[in-house]
Amino acid sequence: MATPTREVLVYRHTVATRLTHWVNVLALLLLLMSGLQIFNAHPALYWGQKSTFAQPWLEMGMIDRGDHAIGVTQIGSVRVETTGLFGYSGKVGSQEPRGFPAWATIPSYRDLADGRHWHFFFAWVFVLNGLTYWSAGLLNGHFRKDLAPTREQLTPRHLLREIADHARLRFPKGEEERHYNALQKLAYLAVIFGLLPLMVLTGLTMSPGMDAAWPWLPHLFGGRQSARSIHFICAGLIVAFVLVHLAMVVAVGAFNSVRSMITGRYAIRLEGDAS
Amino acid sequence: MSDTTNRRGWLKGLAAGSAGLFLAACDKLNESPKVQKGLASAQGLTMRAQRLFQNRTALAQEFTPADIARDFRANGSISPADPAYRQLLTTGFKDYRLVIDGLVERPLSLSLADLRAQPSRTQITRHDCVEGWSSIGQWKGARLGPLLDRVGLKREARYLVFHCFDSLEETLDGSGQYYESIDLVDGYHPQTILAYEMNGQVLPVAHGAPLRLRVERHLGYKHAKYVSRIEAVADFAHIGQGKGGYWEDRGYEWYGGI
Repeated sequence: MATPTREVLVYRHTVATRLTHWVNVLALLLLLMSGLQIFNAHPALYWGQKSTFAQPWLEMGMIDRGDHAIGVTQIGSVRVETTGLFGYSGKVGSQEPRGFPAWATIPSYRDLADGRHWHFFFAWVFVLNGLTYWSAGLLNGHFRKDLAPTREQLTPRHLLREIADHARLRFPKGEEERHYNALQKLAYLAVIFGLLPLMVLTGLTMSPGMDAAWPWLPHLFGGRQSARSIHFICAGLIVAFVLVHLAMVVAVGAFNSVRSMITGRYAIRLEGDAS
Repeated sequence: MSDTTNRRGWLKGLAAGSAGLFLAACDKLNESPKVQKGLASAQGLTMRAQRLFQNRTALAQEFTPADIARDFRANGSISPADPAYRQLLTTGFKDYRLVIDGLVERPLSLSLADLRAQPSRTQITRHDCVEGWSSIGQWKGARLGPLLDRVGLKREARYLVFHCFDSLEETLDGSGQYYESIDLVDGYHPQTILAYEMNGQVLPVAHGAPLRLRVERHLGYKHAKYVSRIEAVADFAHIGQGKGGYWEDRGYEWYGGI
């Protein structure tokens, strides 16, 4: 006979976390799509201070094959055909050379000036929202209590077990669900204190005005073009994080997870009768 | 089985449908003047924030001769077809005159020889295009600050408008004529020069011969090429379409520091 269980709603997310989470969702989505619009103005990346036009490390472009054209993406010396996705895309009859396709950019048509307006507006939203989240996290103990891994969680034995459990899609249940697991904490910390601040700093490095104000910025990243490359790579890593994050939300229960990010309450099942 | 397939198909349709709606909504919002105005409100904030952190005379990074790019890209006009310009070009710019006028006490008209006799500055700087690429080049030119002192700006002068020889777009009303504007913070910046040399050679036509503005700390489109006249103004609402420059009239930020 199965052990009787009861469902308990635990308070998981503060108002500050929930509000800043959803503002962040909007800001990051619009920043990504306007960022791809900006990238499309020169769909090539370089390392160092200046562009080595003949040798980008990444480039998306179109090759004319006489009766038809194809899109190609080159990374280092590897060239892949990416027609319809990168380099050359669009509806049949109106394909055009462009880095990322219309469905990935804001606006959907090519307009660098407008892409920049969206990007820089939501960059402010993102930064102010992030600072709000950071301040709240420091003041209400969110970082210390919820996100800092415990000593036990950081032991190799524990980490290996968690990795094995995750790989088998076996997630913590019951009491253990009251806290984030170690992989979750490490992933969140890497994004909150690693990727997202890196995005801001590499973004600022691309501004010639900020480089004059803070000359350490381009030095830190090895030059403006390196900063542009790192900005692009970090954007890709954030997209990868979001995909895994969404997959996990679905895996542990979409309704419960999304509800907890709206109302703050997360349901866990505990053993024993309600009494 | 068919139930799951159906559900999958339905979910896929829902996802594609909402993505399509979202994109269409974004395009619609992008075309709304109110949204554009809202988005543009960040520009003033950006400029004020940058100027807050940036010392007025903070220099853009300067590089060594080894850093100079051999493939410095020329963008915008690279060989103006405008008759007045072609005429000057055929005679080696011997009749070229830079006019500095507008809200000044003593308007000036300077030949290239006059400009070369001015206090000059040589700098190796990074040129950042709004498109995203960068090139590094060496520039030598007359410092704008001392020239402004020579003409004596009137009290109401707040901006300097750079009128250029080149039409970047062929238009009947002349609205395709290139121009730019900067404020006096940048006008008096030590690295702001009217360059007549690039990489130790006479400034090539593709890069703005005979004279181009170098206003480091700003994106490439602020660095007006083929400059014919500098006009001191109180505001630029009456020039071009009123936004302060050729690209500004086409939606780009007036503040080119970002």
